[in-house]
Amino acid sequence: MSTQLTILAGVLLDENTELSLKDLSRACSVERRVLVEMVQEGLLEPVDVHLAPWRFQGDALHRARTALRLRRDLEVNFAGIAMILDLLDEIDGLETRLRRLEGRFE
Amino acid sequence: MKFKDYYAILGVSKDASEGEIKRAYRKLARKYHPDVSKEANAESRFKEVGEAYAVLKDPEKRLAYDQLGSGVHPGEDFTPPPDWGAGFEFSGGFEGAAGAEQFSDFFESLFGGGRRHSAGPGFHQDPSQDHHARILISLEDSYQGATRTITLQAPTLTPDGHLQTRQRTLNVTIPKGIREGQVIRLAGQGSPGAGGQPAGDLYIEVSFQPHRLYRVEGHDMSLDLPITPWEAALGATVKVPTLGGKVNLKIPRGAKSGQKFRLRGRGLPGQPAGDQYVVLEIIAPEPHTAEDEALYRKMAEQMPLNPRAALEV
Repeated sequence: MSTQLTILAGVLLDENTELSLKDLSRACSVERRVLVEMVQEGLLEPVDVHLAPWRFQGDALHRARTALRLRRDLEVNFAGIAMILDLLDEIDGLETRLRRLEGRFE
Repeated sequence: MKFKDYYAILGVSKDASEGEIKRAYRKLARKYHPDVSKEANAESRFKEVGEAYAVLKDPEKRLAYDQLGSGVHPGEDFTPPPDWGAGFEFSGGFEGAAGAEQFSDFFESLFGGGRRHSAGPGFHQDPSQDHHARILISLEDSYQGATRTITLQAPTLTPDGHLQTRQRTLNVTIPKGIREGQVIRLAGQGSPGAGGQPAGDLYIEVSFQPHRLYRVEGHDMSLDLPITPWEAALGATVKVPTLGGKVNLKIPRGAKSGQKFRLRGRGLPGQPAGDQYVVLEIIAPEPHTAEDEALYRKMAEQMPLNPRAALEV
């Protein structure tokens, strides 16, 4: 039996790649107006808010999906989620610093 | 199959009001939400809590569950009676329930049938839907680039409207320099499109396995480097591991514990590449013999030092 090995090479979604509003809405399975709402609440930031159609950095997908999970599971609105995500970023930064400091004295 | 006590999972009594159930759920959901929680078992606890709430918040399902559960002890082996579900019609979906995609076998056997036919918004299968998955890779995979295999279980909808789990294996190229939390998009690898629509895409989120030596932050590495007091005092050139192999680090005369050096470009590759930080840690030898002790005493006499001068004690 011959086996065919197919190797898939994807696109890395980082700050150098861009997603359209349509891409993002499909990947998150939500209507565009939901994403527009996120932008209005400062949760998501288009590359240039004044330039239509909006484009987003690749890492916006991760943020948008986290926001949608939090809204579904905890019924927090987007303004609240924007604050939660900002605080989580801050905690991550503090924990990294803490690990470094602890690492030095161990 | 074990009987699940949904009341115990939410920590409420059997006669809890809807309000009490909701409050208990909200509190636990905040505590264990995988996007927020630092608890080790957050994900599994969160699913369990979501499942309990999906049943107890719904008066129809709660009633059915209560009738079924009378006389059964939690954890006991349990099989639903053959005529189970005959007298109930479950309306609505399970939307709003946490982690609704992955409920337990216990839940499936009780409410699975109703769920499939009612197809509430939480379970709606869009034929051209994009899929999401996670992959755990090593730091070395990111440094060198790699091909990794990922096995996915995808729920698919059969032509007659039943949900089926389909397993498939994909070989995926891991781009060089990928960072934790970044996403790889595989176009056309989601669900096949129905009615001439294009297939959905597959999004794979990357996580790193913990590494024996390095701590990772973004594309930078951090390593604790043990050195001797004489290397610190006199200066030395020592070998340091990096993801790309050993390099020499020149430790200046009079180096201190905790002092940090940056090896530019020795972190994860990229534009620009990350750096590796090296944090010095001075290890003093233990005196084993009288001679060793004498040597330490001599140092104390020869080079008196109050390292706590700044502490004013």
